[in-house]
Amino acid sequence: MTVLIKGAGVAGLAAAFELNRRGIAVEVVDAAETIGAGASTYAGGMLAPFCEREAADEAVLRLGLSSADWWEQALPGEVIRRGTLVVAAGRDSRELDRFAARTRGHEWVGGNRIAELEPDLAGRFDRALFFREEAHLDPRKAMAGLYAALLGRGVRFHLGRGDEPTKTRYTAVVECTGAAAIASTPGLRGVRGEMLFLETSEISLSRPVRLLHPRHPLYVVPREDHRFMIGATMIETDDEGPITARSLMELLNAAYAVHPAFGEARLVETGVGIRPAFADNLPRVLEREEGFAIAGMYRHGFLLAPAMARQVAERLCAEAAAAELNPSLRQEAIQ
Amino acid sequence: MLELYGTRITSRLLLGTARYPSPAVLADAVRRSGSEIVTVSLRRETAGGKNGGAFFELIRELGVRVLPNTAGCHSVSEAVLTAKMAREVFSTNWIKLEIIGHHDTLQPDVFGLVEAARILTGEDFEVFPYTTDDLVVAERLVDAGCQVLMPWCAPIGSAMGPQNLPALRAMRAHFPGVPLIVDAGIGRPSHAAAVMELGYDAVLLNTAVAGAADPGSMAAAFAAAIEAGNAAYRAGMLEPRDMAIPSTPVIGKAVFS
Repeated sequence: MTVLIKGAGVAGLAAAFELNRRGIAVEVVDAAETIGAGASTYAGGMLAPFCEREAADEAVLRLGLSSADWWEQALPGEVIRRGTLVVAAGRDSRELDRFAARTRGHEWVGGNRIAELEPDLAGRFDRALFFREEAHLDPRKAMAGLYAALLGRGVRFHLGRGDEPTKTRYTAVVECTGAAAIASTPGLRGVRGEMLFLETSEISLSRPVRLLHPRHPLYVVPREDHRFMIGATMIETDDEGPITARSLMELLNAAYAVHPAFGEARLVETGVGIRPAFADNLPRVLEREEGFAIAGMYRHGFLLAPAMARQVAERLCAEAAAAELNPSLRQEAIQ
Repeated sequence: MLELYGTRITSRLLLGTARYPSPAVLADAVRRSGSEIVTVSLRRETAGGKNGGAFFELIRELGVRVLPNTAGCHSVSEAVLTAKMAREVFSTNWIKLEIIGHHDTLQPDVFGLVEAARILTGEDFEVFPYTTDDLVVAERLVDAGCQVLMPWCAPIGSAMGPQNLPALRAMRAHFPGVPLIVDAGIGRPSHAAAVMELGYDAVLLNTAVAGAADPGSMAAAFAAAIEAGNAAYRAGMLEPRDMAIPSTPVIGKAVFS
C-alpha cells in the first residue's frame, strides 16, 4: 500500500508523517517548488487551544489539546512550552474579563508576576491572563523538520511538478491542498490573513503575547534571531494581494501598544495567506473517490493538523486491515 | 407592520453580520432573531479584493433582505463610491450611510452625512443614515430625502445603552411620521426594550449579539425584548406618579375612578 499525499503544507506533511509512522508507504506531491508554499508558512504556530476557545467551537479545544505532544514527539526540542500571556491596555481591561469568561486553563496574574514572566513587559500592564499549558513553535522550522524527517525515512517528494505522478501506483490519495481546494469543494471559502515580521534586539519575549483590543486584537509570537511574528487579520475574502495599508497600520499600532520598542523595529517581511474554512470554521476529513481530503483548517493549521492527520491515518489503516482480510476488497483498492 | 421605503417588514430587529465566530453562528443568529434585514459592510469584508465572493454568497443564502453599509468610510466621496459598489454587488438601492467623523468614538460626521445623503438620494438610493440624536441634523437629512433616520443611542460597539433618553424621546416626538431605528450602542435586551418603549420603530444591533457567548440565544433574547418593548408602547404605559395608589379597592368602599 502506497498513499499519495497531495500538498506539502502543514496538513500534508503531518498526514505524511503520521502515515509513515504507522508503516504505510507515502509519497508527497506539491505543485510548488518548496514545501509550505501556501498559508502554512505565514502561520503563528501557536498551540493555544485554550485561547482559541474564546471564539472557536469546543471541538477546537478538544482536538487541539494533544497537539503540542504530537509535535514534540515528531520534532523533539521544537515545541516551546511557556504558555501564552494575554494582555489589554488599561482602558480595554474589561476585554480581559470577557476573555476570561469565555475560556479556561488560565490564571490571573498581576503586575509583579507579569514582570517575572516577561521582564520587558514590566510596568506595562496591571493584570493579564496566563495560559500555562499552551505552547508554540516556529512553523517554518517545524515544516522543515517534518520534511527532513520524512526524507530521512526514504519518503519521496515530487515538488514543483506540473504533472502529478501516475495515479496507478497508489492505493489511495489524501488531498491536503489548502486554499487550492476552495474552488472544487462545496462550502469551502477563503479567509484572508495578513501578518508581518518585526526584527529588534531591544526587546525579548519568551512566549506568545496576545493583545486584546475591541477593534484590533493581535498576537506577537517571538521567533529566533530577534524576530517577532505579528498577526493576523481575518478578512472575508480569498484575495491574495499584498497586505493593505490599513491592515499594516493596525497591526503596527497594536504592536506598538504592546511595547514601544516595536516602533524602532525593522519591518523585515509581510505576508498574506488564504485560510480555507467551512461555514462553521471547523476542519473536516472528507471522503473522496480516491481516498480522503483534509480541508478547512482555517486559522488552526498547526493546532489541528495532528488530529486531522490521525483521523486520516486511522481510516486508511482500517481500510488496509479490511483489505488484508478480504482479498477481493484489496483487489478493488489496487485498481 | 413597519414600512421602510415602501417595503413592509414584520421583524423590528435589524442584525449586523460582522464579528461572529463563524458564518454558521451568524446564520443561526439571523434565524433565531427572526430578522428580515441584515447589514453588511462592503468595505471591510472585501478589502478591495476581487470578491468577498464566498462570504457575500453566504449572506445571500440567509434569504433575508440585505442593507449594505458604508462602515469604515471617513469621507463623502469614499462613502458615495462604496454605496455604488454595494448597489452592484447586492442589487439593491438601499444603503446604510455611515461616515465616521472621529476615529476614537466612531461618532458620525454629520456634515459629511448630510452631503452624502443628498448626493445618494439624487442618484435614486434609498438612504438609511446613521446619525446622532441631533434634531437639526435629522431635519437636514429628511430635507435631503431620507425617509428613515437611524440615530445612535451610544457609541458603536460600546454596549452602554441609551445615554440620552430625553433626546431620543424628543426625536420621536419631532418626527412622528418617519421610521426611527436606533442604531449603535445597544448592549443588552433591556436597552433595546427601553428604546422601543419610547416608540422607536426598530433596533439595529451587531456587537451585542455577535460578541455574546451564545450569539444565537442572544439574538432570540433581543427579538423577544424588542417585541415586548413595541407591544408595551402600543398598549400605552402608565406614567410614573409621585404617590402610591392601591391596586386593590379598600374593602367596603366602592372605587369608581
